[in-house]
Amino acid sequence: MSSIDTSSGDSHKKGPGVKKAKKLSTRVDMTPMVDLGFLLITFFIFTTTMTTPTTLDLNMPKDIKDPKDQTEAKESGVLSIMLGKGDQVYYYEGKLVVDATGNNFKSTTFKGIRDIIIKKKAEVIGRHEHDPTCAKTQENAKAKKDPDWANACKDRDFIIIIKPDNDATYKNTVDILDEMTINQVRTYAMVKILDQEYELIKKTEETSGIK
Amino acid sequence: MPSVKMPRKSTDTDMTPFVDVAFLILSFFMLATKFKPPEPVEITTPGSVNSQKLPENNAVMIIVDSSNRVFFSVLSDKDPGKKDAIIQDVNSSQSLSLSNAEMANFRQTFAVAVPFGNLKQLLALDPKEQANLKQPGIPVLDSANNQLYWWIAASKKAFAGEKLNYLIKGDAKSTYPAFEAVINALKRNDEFKYNLVTSLDDIPSNSELDKFNQRVKN
Repeated sequence: MSSIDTSSGDSHKKGPGVKKAKKLSTRVDMTPMVDLGFLLITFFIFTTTMTTPTTLDLNMPKDIKDPKDQTEAKESGVLSIMLGKGDQVYYYEGKLVVDATGNNFKSTTFKGIRDIIIKKKAEVIGRHEHDPTCAKTQENAKAKKDPDWANACKDRDFIIIIKPDNDATYKNTVDILDEMTINQVRTYAMVKILDQEYELIKKTEETSGIK
Repeated sequence: MPSVKMPRKSTDTDMTPFVDVAFLILSFFMLATKFKPPEPVEITTPGSVNSQKLPENNAVMIIVDSSNRVFFSVLSDKDPGKKDAIIQDVNSSQSLSLSNAEMANFRQTFAVAVPFGNLKQLLALDPKEQANLKQPGIPVLDSANNQLYWWIAASKKAFAGEKLNYLIKGDAKSTYPAFEAVINALKRNDEFKYNLVTSLDDIPSNSELDKFNQRVKN
């Protein structure tokens, strides 16, 4: 036992001259990859358009010069809505009456107009009388697979006339058209405002100080 | 007295889950993204409850910006020949004497917002430089000189026999007279159906429309 095997404890040690292979770490530095990843994320977040534009259909009537061809409406079922400056809404039911005692011209806002439309609609439907033409309208609606055919003719006398004035914004116009969809108003028309109505709006704006 | 030895913790963290999440988000955005088409003006559209999708081809888009300038643009990526037909028609109906190169330039022009008198000047520019030119808008408010009428008449001819959609994209702040003038130009061309471009709003709960949708669902 002249020599002591010193290597017995470290069995992996090869003899002298055998080079030990350097153990490489399997871990990769991920930091640059993460940097790049987040850079791309920010780029896509900024360029992406999340709000998909939608469309609102608008059908306008043809201008009819001949009064004979014009559609007549029952006065009791008409609600005229006018749009003015500063998101104000003006309305009257039936015909505009201006006399010494005052007028039926009222003002409200976009928040209030929905209730007025709902009230007027309920009132017109409540006055509805069933007749043969009505039954026919219902049948037609049923044939067209309208899921709401039973209500197809109850509101036939309910008409809304929209008159934006020169100070109304496009947003107001779209909002009121949207209100027609929200309240399921079947018949509505957008027409030019009358001078008399425009003057009344101007007067109301002056007294209430809307700029 | 032996001091309490704090175990020495490594400062590197395992980044793998972090990378996983980052790339998940990245792939979501890459797939969900749809690049905005170049637009000459920034338009904030008003909201509406309608959820119909916008037609992207065979459409004429009329843009009204916040200062009531009217822009006219043709969306026909599938058939750029339509744009050529439109500019040729406008050229001859208004006798603008545009050169062939200028008319060819119209293909790359996204939107026109100049009176006919300045059209030559606009089309002479490179499409990239057109964005820098301050365009005054197509004159529409004077009903005797509603130039949008001619643009629509030309597009109607170019798209004859095909369905053409009229998109009106107005800024929420634009006022009604400009919108009315646009509609009048369309009406004079016997076109009565339009699509107003809006962004989606929620349907107010308990409204008639909401109740109707519930009924249809059940």
